[in-house]
Amino acid sequence: MATEPAAAPRPRVPRKSSADEWFGRGLMLAGASVLLILAAMLISTTIEAWPVFVHEGLSFITSTDWDPGVSRSEITGDYGALAFIVGTLVTSGIALLIAVPLAVGSALFLTHVAPMQVRRPLTYAVELLAAVPSVVYGLWGLLFFVPVFLRPVMDFVAGTVGSVIPFLGGPVVTYNYFAASVVLAIMILPIITSVTREVMDNTPEAEIFGAYALGSTRWEMMREVVLPRARTGTIGATMLGLGRALGETIAVAMLIGGSQKIPASIFGGGQSMAGIIAVTFQEAAPENVRALLGVGVVLFVITVIVNMAARLIVRITGGRVAGDGSI
Amino acid sequence: MSMRTADMESRSERAASLAGRSSHAAWRKRKDALMQGVLFLALLLALIPLALILFEVFRRGASAMSWEFLTSVQSISMLRPGGGYLNGLFGTLYMVSIAVLISVPLGIGAAIYVVEYSSSRLVPFIQFFTDVMTGVPSIFVGLFIYTVLVQNGTGFSTLAGGLALSLLMLPIITRASEEVFRLVPDDLRNAAYGLGARRWQVILKVVLPTASSGLITATMLAVARAAGETAPLLLTALGAFRIVPELVGKPQSALPLIIFNEARGPFEAAHARAWAGALELMLLVLILTLLARRIGRRAQ
Repeated sequence: MATEPAAAPRPRVPRKSSADEWFGRGLMLAGASVLLILAAMLISTTIEAWPVFVHEGLSFITSTDWDPGVSRSEITGDYGALAFIVGTLVTSGIALLIAVPLAVGSALFLTHVAPMQVRRPLTYAVELLAAVPSVVYGLWGLLFFVPVFLRPVMDFVAGTVGSVIPFLGGPVVTYNYFAASVVLAIMILPIITSVTREVMDNTPEAEIFGAYALGSTRWEMMREVVLPRARTGTIGATMLGLGRALGETIAVAMLIGGSQKIPASIFGGGQSMAGIIAVTFQEAAPENVRALLGVGVVLFVITVIVNMAARLIVRITGGRVAGDGSI
Repeated sequence: MSMRTADMESRSERAASLAGRSSHAAWRKRKDALMQGVLFLALLLALIPLALILFEVFRRGASAMSWEFLTSVQSISMLRPGGGYLNGLFGTLYMVSIAVLISVPLGIGAAIYVVEYSSSRLVPFIQFFTDVMTGVPSIFVGLFIYTVLVQNGTGFSTLAGGLALSLLMLPIITRASEEVFRLVPDDLRNAAYGLGARRWQVILKVVLPTASSGLITATMLAVARAAGETAPLLLTALGAFRIVPELVGKPQSALPLIIFNEARGPFEAAHARAWAGALELMLLVLILTLLARRIGRRAQ
């Protein structure tokens, strides 16, 4: 388990030497660097973005007017980032809807159904998905997967279900919220699967055998023993996946369509927070850069909150599962 | 007579209930098989994209790959065929090397502190925020380096890009090294202490050498991750058309940056090069990942 076991007692060294002290201080500095860097990240970007926050106030996150100015020193444009916030939240949400069932199913299969000899290679294959760089996902989605595979599916759905449910309706543009969401789902599958798998792997054998002894089929055992125990861990894994999805930049920027509006349907184009930064940063005037930094700060705060919650949940379950396993 | 019919009735009832039970059992078996099939399907659906990506990248990448692509820099025109991504490969290797130089000592140091000084009150915070830092959006790391470095002296540069990558690698290396250090048996430490070694001696001469192959694995996995990063480099390295040996002051190129720019354009020739570039990048990342796993497995 990746979480912390109770610290094994280290032997005490009776004498302290100055070399030991300096060594320890150096290491402490290395350890504390993570805390310092995170604090510096938040502070420096917030300071730079401050004029925009002051100028826009709440409308920075409640308005959809995004009309950058070109001033070097003051804020002249309109910076309402709501369309991008919606883009990020909706694509991440759809990605979770697709990825979580697949990930939980895969994790169950890998831990309790697959024959022993193939578990390791299959697990490895799922984790290989995480090694593919996001720009390769973007390229693949842009030039192959979305136009060749997804486009017909999207046209079909918009043509049938879409006439009844408005947010599934047309007109379909090739690169849109849904296209970005599907590729995003593929990208976050490995992390959700591997965390869920680890939790499921920790199901106490006694309970598994107990369920079988009472006459359960394998599915009944999984439903009554494995799934209930893995519930909290799965929620934690889902939130980790959400954190990844919210921050994913390049693949989403390439596939979401690039429109700065909120589309009426998930088959319409839009833009995400990370996407607008990646796509417009290089040509942005100084005031626009400040606004993009502001978008970055909002994104950072959202993802850090999601990640902290996820880690706390995963940690809690990790501790409990390990404790119960020793019975 | 009446007793007999009653007996027969109860018998047939029992038979019926037995038959019911066995049909119920059959139903449970069918459901079991069905659900196992559904789970298998979930895994299959998860793995199909992997096969599609690998197949497509290798097919299209190989057909666009050439000696010229590997050995020449980008031509200025995206429209025409020809030229290669050598400048990007150079930039990627250059910036990743800088990132390794910074993040490996720092990350391993942090991991040693977490494992060997676990009584410190700082340790739970370090662990928690290292976990949190792995989830910081990579583009935000780019924004951070932009505000503190690019604006204040280095300009878009190799150093800025390398530092951004090092911040992304730091939590990965710390977490992975932590796991490695935990695998070092306490008996080894105790034996060293028993011989009179000081704490720093135990750590440098016993713990580190024992963990070395695991640490190499951790580093290579982090390198594989960093080499594929695009977003932070957009804001720190920017991109360049030639080989840039300068550390500061000049924008630097990277494989993912060029792939991103050429894929977004409308030109066939640029798309072909982007596929070849993707193949080059994938091979780099996959070889690193596979090697890392192999070294790691041997260590265990």
